[in-house]
Amino acid sequence: MMSFDKKETSALTFLVLLGLLAPTLFPSYRIQFSELWLFMVYASTWNIQGGKMGYNTFGNIMFFGLGMYICASTQIAYSFPLAEWTEAGGVKTFVHTVEQYFIGLPLGLVLAAIIPTIVAAFLGYFILGLRGHYFAICTLGIGIASGELATSMTIWGGGQGMTVPIWPKVDGQDVEFLGGSVNFFYTLSFILFLCTYFFLRWLFSTRFGLILTAIRDNEDKAEAMGVPTMRYKVSGWMVSAFFMGIAGAIFGNINGYIEPTEVAFAGATVGIYMVLMAILGGKGTLWGPILGAFIFQLFKEFFWTYFLGWQRVALGLLIVLIVVFFPEGIMGWLRREKPEWFGEIVDKKARLAQVTIKTND
Amino acid sequence: MILIQAPFLNLQALLDGIMVGAIFALAAYGMALVWGVMNIINVCQGEYVILGGYITFAIYKAGIHPVAGLPIAFITLFLLGYILYRLIVFRVVDKDMFISILATFGISITIQQVMNMIFGSQVETALSGFGTIFFFDGNITIALIKLFSFVISVLGAIAVIIFMKTSKMGRAIRATAQNARAARILGVDTEKVYTFTYALNAAICGLAGSLVAMTYTLHPYIGLPYTVRSFMIVIVAGIGNIPAVLVSGLGLGAVEEFSSYLIGTEFRIAVVFILLVLILVYRSRKLAKKREYLK
Repeated sequence: MMSFDKKETSALTFLVLLGLLAPTLFPSYRIQFSELWLFMVYASTWNIQGGKMGYNTFGNIMFFGLGMYICASTQIAYSFPLAEWTEAGGVKTFVHTVEQYFIGLPLGLVLAAIIPTIVAAFLGYFILGLRGHYFAICTLGIGIASGELATSMTIWGGGQGMTVPIWPKVDGQDVEFLGGSVNFFYTLSFILFLCTYFFLRWLFSTRFGLILTAIRDNEDKAEAMGVPTMRYKVSGWMVSAFFMGIAGAIFGNINGYIEPTEVAFAGATVGIYMVLMAILGGKGTLWGPILGAFIFQLFKEFFWTYFLGWQRVALGLLIVLIVVFFPEGIMGWLRREKPEWFGEIVDKKARLAQVTIKTND
Repeated sequence: MILIQAPFLNLQALLDGIMVGAIFALAAYGMALVWGVMNIINVCQGEYVILGGYITFAIYKAGIHPVAGLPIAFITLFLLGYILYRLIVFRVVDKDMFISILATFGISITIQQVMNMIFGSQVETALSGFGTIFFFDGNITIALIKLFSFVISVLGAIAVIIFMKTSKMGRAIRATAQNARAARILGVDTEKVYTFTYALNAAICGLAGSLVAMTYTLHPYIGLPYTVRSFMIVIVAGIGNIPAVLVSGLGLGAVEEFSSYLIGTEFRIAVVFILLVLILVYRSRKLAKKREYLK
């Protein structure tokens, strides 16, 4: 059963309080906070593959972009012909009524969850047989190929991109449902984060989580012990795809504009952020990615503007720095420095007497 | 259908493909070296290629014939590779492979952006001013610069093979690739070998990039396709199988050229990446079958 220890309870309370109070305390940073919750979702779901299962993927961005496009096109196609919408530049010509918007959006969210999950099942069956770096490079290829293919989809506006329906208006006034567009999507992001967190927490505590860890530690041995590893790997990827799809759908609506290579299948930004956040926090742990996302978003919001034009350079250097000098992450470092925090009983003398043996090969 | 009806188009695509494939193969040699010796997949391979191209382009802009860019790109990239190895890459050599992939990915993003800031994001070419030969009443055309780059690529590849076979450093590199520990025991300074291999890889890429600048086009963000092409070529050839790299490189060039004739050049990058996925999936299926047979 779920039981929370003291530290986890306080951390969770902090996050929930932050989530509830942020819109009132920092009204001008609501979009950044929505992004923060979504970042936590990206990093946590990446962690299922990269951290728990040992399958380092660059391809989860595909589900993100797919969810984004599917949700937006469902929202539009529910009321208007999609091809005409993209051709006319969207919001300029067609306006959704309140009813159309609030039926189209849930429909879009549901499809944005389901379709990427199916794609993950199908694709995972083929490529999760690859091991190690082959898998990493293959998913890198998939992420970029999907962006290139989306560029050639004229119904989605090709490389030009498309707009997402805007929040409906009544008599020129934004509808006051859950506090308007920004608050509404903020709430959605926050709920999505909480769902992801509790689901993953439950998942990692079950046999499923143990098997994922077994696959990471020694896949052949796990297979030899009778675990159908492929089924578990594919299911793990489907979970990631499910949450990434919804996250993409929400982000598309927050952003208001979808473009294939910079927004939707943005392998060079979001796709690498999620890896970075999970590693920064400590991969393989439940709280690591969340912590990493929190720190990364703080860093990004405070310092990104000072790197005007140099953001990508800063990102590249940040990747190198974190990966080379801090690959264990914050949680890994804490675990090494303060094992008693993790409920481990330590014999100080034995710890000091430990000798590390370094091998070169 | 169009392929059967138009024999000249066929031949043209094949020739173009082989000539571009030689450049891919040259870059793939570097990747095979680093992968085989240091067990690192160098994701910034493509960025080295493009950077080499931009160096040639800068020389062309300065009013010097771009062929002079070949040695300059080679030497500059050798130095860059040396510096990057000493700064970053040596820290990830014996770590988990994903760490090295990410670290080189970080380097690649940085180089991309720096190139974008220096050279701008428009598509560039360094014109060599060489002519074109026509065959069959102009149905088949060969740009001399493509032929030139083909010859240089093949010569470069042969030079690498000869270097690896005969020189002392080449022997040390091969020994390290076979068993780094044993090589160290027998007195090979493996750290020096690693440094040299990495720098040589960058230099080879610079040479390839210089040819790309003269033959095709440059853009700051098209590095990754070159990385992926090298990766594909190496896995198709098999790691350590140096002569096969050239063959599979030419094959990849031909496949790409045919596909862009058939379904359009705008899909060229997508084709590269989809081909990568297909090759990897095919390979893993084949291995899985072999495993089943062993059972």
